[in-house]
Amino acid sequence: MDSLVQSVLKSSAEKESKYKTTEVVKDIEVDIDEGHLLAVDPNPLDIKLLRSERDSYLKALARNDTQLLINKIWELPVERVEDVIVAKLPEPRTVVPREKPLPKEKPMTKWTQYAREKGINKRKKGRMVWDETAKEWKPRWGYKRAGDDTKDWLIEVPDTADPYEDQFAKRIKAKKERVAKNELQRLRNIARNMKGKVPGVGLTPTDTPDKDDVSRALHLARKSTASLGKFTQELPKEKPAKHVGKKRKFEPMIGNFNEEKKRALDILNKITNKQPTLNITQATNQEIYTEEDQKRIGKGGRNHLEGKAEANKTGTGRASQKEKAGVEKAMVKRDEHPSS
Amino acid sequence: MLKKPLSVLYKKKNILRPFDDATSIEFFSNKSDAALFMFGSHSKKRPHNLIIGRLFDYHILDMIELGVEKFKSLSSFQTAKCPFGTKPCLVFTGEDFELNSEHQRLKNLLLDFFSGPKTKQVRLSGLEHIWHFTAAEGKIFWRSYRILMKKSGSRIPRIELEEIGPSLDLVIRRTKLASDDLYKRSRKQPKQAKPKKVKNVSMDAFGTKLGRIHMTKQNLDSLQTRKMKGLKRKSDEGAEDEEKMSRQINKLEKTWTQD
Repeated sequence: MDSLVQSVLKSSAEKESKYKTTEVVKDIEVDIDEGHLLAVDPNPLDIKLLRSERDSYLKALARNDTQLLINKIWELPVERVEDVIVAKLPEPRTVVPREKPLPKEKPMTKWTQYAREKGINKRKKGRMVWDETAKEWKPRWGYKRAGDDTKDWLIEVPDTADPYEDQFAKRIKAKKERVAKNELQRLRNIARNMKGKVPGVGLTPTDTPDKDDVSRALHLARKSTASLGKFTQELPKEKPAKHVGKKRKFEPMIGNFNEEKKRALDILNKITNKQPTLNITQATNQEIYTEEDQKRIGKGGRNHLEGKAEANKTGTGRASQKEKAGVEKAMVKRDEHPSS
Repeated sequence: MLKKPLSVLYKKKNILRPFDDATSIEFFSNKSDAALFMFGSHSKKRPHNLIIGRLFDYHILDMIELGVEKFKSLSSFQTAKCPFGTKPCLVFTGEDFELNSEHQRLKNLLLDFFSGPKTKQVRLSGLEHIWHFTAAEGKIFWRSYRILMKKSGSRIPRIELEEIGPSLDLVIRRTKLASDDLYKRSRKQPKQAKPKKVKNVSMDAFGTKLGRIHMTKQNLDSLQTRKMKGLKRKSDEGAEDEEKMSRQINKLEKTWTQD
């Protein structure tokens, strides 16, 4: 037993004498970032040695630090790639400034915005689908797509449809309109993200255009002349178009002096008159509100602030929301009162 | 050309003073789409001047002016050199690189400049080159060595170094460092690049991994303990006995009536 121990010790001692060690001792631990192959040695230097024999001292310093760095790198997990042993480096810890700022996030389209609000996740769909009639895998969309209804060779005419209507042309037209709608929406997304004004659209290709769509389209059609609709005649009994901005109108520069004088005097009156003008509806509303408020407090139940908090918490009942809005309005009015 | 395959050398002798007017540097950066620059000049006031700098978003971020006091070129060392494209190791020694803010920034700048391409793995036998920077006595000693790997009797090799040049002794002259705000902005990391936080796993001061486990409450009623006859439930036993008794009584009564 003793001889075995001795022999082991002897052999290790021999080894040590044969090779120099890989161990390095430092007072302060050397900070090593394997990701960058970087070693930072904060130990103070020996100034005397540095002055007398600079190059050899620096070399010795570098050797020790490199040895430490290599020791650390050799501990990393290794892999064999094409007869070469490589060490997997960890993520670097030292942060180096970027060359360019972070890329901006892609602007959201109207749909992605909506999907995020509703929590709709994108599902991955395969490119090819099985076409039951053709018994073949076909692309989901595009050229030679599966379930292409414009390629049917026979279409049954529905009972309700006009028998002389071309059903084939109808399907092709519907498809073209869907494509056009998609393109329009794409352009509108771009326009919205450019922070510019989204151009008003005429009749969008929807299946069921509603009344507003029609009136908007009519208004646009009217304006789309060389003279911007100045000479377009109005239809009899036509109502003014909704959803259309008003144009500012100015008083003529010269002319009606009496009107101008009256306006100026009105302003003067308003300023000089100390008596407050009474807004009857506002006053009655306020009166009603204070009465209700007092009733509530008198009951010993919750006051309106508590009610508001609850409305916030539940946030479902429409009545509670209305009540909240009422409260806020009344509070605003109360503030306004002394100034008026 | 220390970074040869990845750099452009502009040789025209235009009057250029990066510290007075940075626009031309920014123009060159834009032209060659490079964020790092090194600029050498020589004047009576500032002899043997070397400016190292970097740009962020085509504007100067950091710029440090170094005066070269001693220089030995790459060719003056009669040794074998490293091949192109080796990823160098970097070693910084001296307290200044930890304590002095200017040196800290210089360290980061040099790291940025010389760390080479970003890699996920490195060939162990391909580690051949060392950049060594030492800060002492207000100077920076810049040395470059080749690594020689010797046998050590273990798996880890014994390292010996051989100086291959260039070697420079430098003094820091003027500096233009980025404001903290800009510096912070330039170090911003994209969201997905940050490591995901692992819940309930932590490391303590000694580097041991600790995990926290949340369990449901243990049901002690269904706990299996040692089975023994004496521990059988008593209520069941009593019921059995009563049943036996009643059965026997019934039998007896029957026999009596028959008699």
